[in-house]
This record gives sequence, C-alpha cells and structure tokens, in this order.
Amino acid sequence: MGLDVYLNVVVAGVLTGLVYGLMALGLSVIFGVVRVVNFAHGEMMSIAMYIAVVLFTTLHLDPLVMLVPIATVMFVFGYALQTRLINPFITRPESSQFLLLVAVAIIIVNTLLIIFGPDAQTIQTSYAYDSFQLGPLIVDATKLYAGAAAILVTCVLFAFFRFSLVGKAIRACADNYTGALVVGLDVNRFYALTFGIGAACVGAAGVMMTLIIDVTPVVGPTYTLLAFVIVITGGLGSMAGALLGGLLIGLTEALAGLLFVPSAKSMFAFAILVLVLLFRPQGILGKRAS
Amino acid sequence: MTNTRMMPNRRHLLAGAAATAVSIGAPAIVRAAGGPLKVGVILPRSGFEAGIGQDCQRAVDIAPGILKTLGMPELAIMNGDTESNVDTAREHAEKLISDGAQLLIGAFDSGQTTAVAQVAEQKGIPLVINVGSAPEITEQGYKFVVRNFPTVPMLLNDELAEQKDVFDIAGVAPKTAVFMHVNDLFGTGMSKGIHGLMPKYNLPYTILDEIAYDPAARDLSVEVTKAKAANAEILLVVGRLNDAMLLTRELVKQRWTPQAIFSMGPGWYENQYTKTLGKLSDGPISLVPWYDPNKKLTTTLLAEFAKVFPDLNMNTNHVYTFEGLLIIADAYKRAGSTDPKALAEALHATNIVDNVSVGPGIKFDAKGQNTGLKCGAVQNRDGKQVTVAPKEAANAKLEWPMKSYQDRA
Repeated sequence: MGLDVYLNVVVAGVLTGLVYGLMALGLSVIFGVVRVVNFAHGEMMSIAMYIAVVLFTTLHLDPLVMLVPIATVMFVFGYALQTRLINPFITRPESSQFLLLVAVAIIIVNTLLIIFGPDAQTIQTSYAYDSFQLGPLIVDATKLYAGAAAILVTCVLFAFFRFSLVGKAIRACADNYTGALVVGLDVNRFYALTFGIGAACVGAAGVMMTLIIDVTPVVGPTYTLLAFVIVITGGLGSMAGALLGGLLIGLTEALAGLLFVPSAKSMFAFAILVLVLLFRPQGILGKRAS
Repeated sequence: MTNTRMMPNRRHLLAGAAATAVSIGAPAIVRAAGGPLKVGVILPRSGFEAGIGQDCQRAVDIAPGILKTLGMPELAIMNGDTESNVDTAREHAEKLISDGAQLLIGAFDSGQTTAVAQVAEQKGIPLVINVGSAPEITEQGYKFVVRNFPTVPMLLNDELAEQKDVFDIAGVAPKTAVFMHVNDLFGTGMSKGIHGLMPKYNLPYTILDEIAYDPAARDLSVEVTKAKAANAEILLVVGRLNDAMLLTRELVKQRWTPQAIFSMGPGWYENQYTKTLGKLSDGPISLVPWYDPNKKLTTTLLAEFAKVFPDLNMNTNHVYTFEGLLIIADAYKRAGSTDPKALAEALHATNIVDNVSVGPGIKFDAKGQNTGLKCGAVQNRDGKQVTVAPKEAANAKLEWPMKSYQDRA
C-alpha cells in the first residue's frame, strides 16, 4: 500500500475522532460539574438528530444553519430535565441515579420509535457527498465541518468556564459543593445551567452527526457507550480530555482497520480504554480524586 | 317452610360436564365447516429487524384482496411479534397457537424461524416459512414445516451462476475483484461458501483482497480506502442495509466507481437504500431471490402494491411473504378443513405454477423445501429495480459498466 493510503486513513481517523470528541463533550461537562453520569447521553443526541431531520424535511432548513437553534432547544430540555427530574436524585446513591437515567433513555428511544417508526431517516444536503481533493489526499467535507465545529464548541466552552462569571461560579460549585452553598451560590440553578450546557453540546453534536450517519430511534445506546469510552480515556470532567479521547479512539480505530483486521477495530479502542484504566485511572487529562 | 333449592347431584354434574365439552368443541366443529382459516403471522415487528418485519407485513396487508380475486378462501390474520429475539419468537408462536392460530407463517430471521419451527412441530400446527435460509430447518425431518425460500447452499450456487450469466450478457470477463463482507455468521458463512464454490463456476476474476467489517460499523471510510487501494475491477459485497448505505457514501466521497458492484444479500435493493441515496443508488446488481416480472401473477401483485404503497418498490420480503399466504390459502382450499394434519398434507402436495418468484413454481420435496427457486440478477435503475438475468425472467438490458458516481448530478 502506498503512502497516500496511510495519509488518507490518518486524516479520516483524525476527523472521525474530532466528531467523536464533540459527541462526548456534553457527557464530560455534565459529569465534571454535577457529578451525575448521564446514561441517556446518546438518546438525548438522537432527539437533536430527529429535530434536525424534521426541520430539514418539512422546512428545508440546513442543519448547519439550525445548529445554534437546536442547541438552544436542547439547552432548555437539559435545564428542565435537571430541575424537574434529576435534582432530587443528586444526593441519592449512584445506583438510583443510574436507574433514573437508564429509564429516561428507554423512554426516549421508545417515544422516538412510536413517533418516527423504525426506518432510518436521513438529511441529504447539497454538500452531503462532497469531498476535497488535495493531490492524493481526499478529505470528507462533512467530517471536516463537524471536526471544525468540535474545535469551535470546545474553545467556546473553555472560554465560558474560564472567563465568564457564571462559568466561574459553575466551576466553584464543581470544586466545592459546601463552600459554594456557604458563599450563597444557588447551586441547584448552576447545576441546571450545566446540565443545559451539556445538553446543548449534545444537541450541537447531534446536528453535525446527521450529516454523517442516518438517524434511527435505536442509534442512541451505541453512542452512549462510545461517549463513555472516550471520556474515560480522556478524563471524566475534562473538556480537552473529551476531545483528546475522541481523537485517540478515532485514530486508533482507523489505523487498526488499515493495519490489522477492519472488523476488530473497535476492539483496539477498548484496548486503549483498558490500558488507560490500568495505568492512568483518572484518564489522560483527568484529575486524580483527592 | 321447605327449602326448594335444588341440590346438585352426580347426574347434574355429568350433564354439566357434557354441556361444557360440547360448548368447547363447538367452535372447532364450526371452523371445520368452513370459516376463515386463522393464520398466525409471526414477524420481527420491533427490535433491530423491525424495518424488515414491517416490510413483510406490507405483503400481508395487500394479500387478502388478491387471494380473493384468485378464488381462494378467506384467511383471518393474527399478528405476532418476535421482537427480533429468538426466545420471544418461541413464546409468541406458543401464544398464537394457544389463542387459536391454525397455521403459522414467518419469521424472516433464520434463528427465530428455527425456534418457531420447533414450536410448530411440537404442537402439530403447520408452519410456512416465508423468509429464512438456514438449511438445518428443513433437515430435521419436520412433518409440519414447509419452506418457500432458498437455503444458503441454493442461494450461493445460484448467485455465482448468475454472476456468470451477467458477464456473458455484458460480454466481459473481469480479472480482479475485492470482496467486502460483514463479519458475522451470515458474512463469514457466505465467504467460506464463495471460496469453496468459485472453482466450480470457473469465474474469471481473482479476489485481490477480502475485507471483513463490523456489522455494527459506524464508519467504513478505512475499509473503503483499503478496498480502493486494491484497484480491482469489480466489488463483491455481502452485507445489510446499514452498511450498504455507508459503503455507497464512502465510494462517492472517495471517488471510486468500480465497473460493477455485486451484492449477494439484502441491503442494496431495499427501499430505504434507493430512497435515501436517490441517483447514487443506481448501478449495483443484487443477486437475490426475486420476482419474475414476466409472470401474470407478478403483474397483479405489482399493480396492487403500487396502488397501496405508491412510494415503495416491491422486493424479496413482499414476494415471499405474499407467496407464503398464497400457499396457505391454496392448501386450505384443497384440504377443505382446518385439521392440522390435513393442512400439512395439503401443504406438502402443493403444486402452484402461476406464482410470482423466479423459477418453475412452488412445489415441496419430502423435506418440505421448494428446491425449484432461482435467484435473479437485479440492477438498480432510476430508483427502481430491473431484472437483467436470468434471460427468461429479464425485463431490461444490463447497464455495464456502472455510471461513475462523479458523473451523476
């Protein structure tokens, strides 16, 4: 095989990894602050995907144009979910939180199945099959856009948590729950804001994913699992870690597919996870628990 | 005051028991006199195979009208859902029988069909298999099971023979191929079979690379890059709907159009594939059990299907599910009874010449298998499927080579 094949595979792996990173970002944000593991992560993404599909098929609205509005809708959904449903479970055992979110996931899947049926739905934009050719290198346009969106969203989130007052307050809640209460912060509201932000990230990821994959009601659980692998590899709670974890998994899968057996490429992603759990349990960019 | 209430004695109890027995037996007597036959249609209507199960159901929906015009007796349909699960398939088959089903049809998936066949045989209720190709099902010596669908060895032999037909029609002899298949029981089984049977059919090409991919793959870009790097003339694929769509998208994005794509399995002819990909779905050739467009009953079925489902193309699922119901109605008509043994005997004696699928007709061997079934070479053209081989079932000229993906507006 020529060098061009390796080059194409590496570029495809990096872009796929960035898309994975964008998809896992919301999970990391929510866990980093609220300390609740969102087991309905992939299913929430599928809601955003279906909103994008409906808007495209009924009003011909391009998913890239609808990215911010759909992310806003998902923010409201996440905010409401946290305040109405998850907040009472914050102080309960993790097993209760797990069951609650698994129940939410099952409800979402079955509601989508009832509304949209089992058939795959898709968005066919004018650029859906575009690719850019640079000499021997062929770059998938939609993955390039999704990768760029992943970097942009990560930068915006980073700036928000680093420089804005609300972002700093949210970090304070994450760092010291009791301390935040003592200084008079409305912790529950900040938790809801964080869950909303996480849901908005998932929404943005879902919109970008509609350009790459078909939407079915059962698409969620696969991506929930993948998001877990990514954030555990990158470091639970770390935004940069989510992006790095996505990149690592994407690149590993691509190279394993090329150099070994393509059907076993997911196995290599899980092997990376096992290695990280063995030698750096907090994840590559995660903080060690005190 | 005397107590006038009558106390039950042994004679009353006997009379009551007899009345109960008569009342329980009565429906059976009525049914035997000739009402509609209760047919349990068991399909994967939910779960990961829901799309296909619901596709089969479309044939169930349009069948009654056509059967009536053919002078067939009425069938009362009872629906069962396997939930795409073997254990659930078994439970629902038992439930359908206990609810009064006098005959079963299903169940698309070989694993689920095997479970349903075991229940049918145990309970002595006939089963007609609409789709399901595992050869073992009709190798068990079952007396109540018949199958109107090719087994895997039949499929393989026919698919390779049809490839040769296509090469002859096109007047080409491609020298190289790359083979991509799902890495599951279906894909690996087909792979072994193809390698084993290739010398028998003296195919002109050599397989340069074989790429097995994950059936749950989210992305096939690396696999297509690898396949493209082999620089083969034709692409052979064994997969399903999801990967058919993923592969096509990658072929377009990576700017590779082989001379031909041969699919030996589902996916590439399905409605979802043509609907989703539009013009990009044109060109691939599926070697599959199909309908003979030149048969009279096919014209009737196609017309009814187009009337009820104007946005869909008729495919394997519809053809074989409809034929299953045709077989049942025909057997019931000849048996003249709902007695399971009489129905099973009538099923085994089936001889339908005016049918829909490619081949001489519907007739079962001693094992309950229709061995006369043939595959068709079906090419996607303008969002529809045309049959290009075998010659006796062809209704269009082969398009060879495939039009480049880049030249399609």
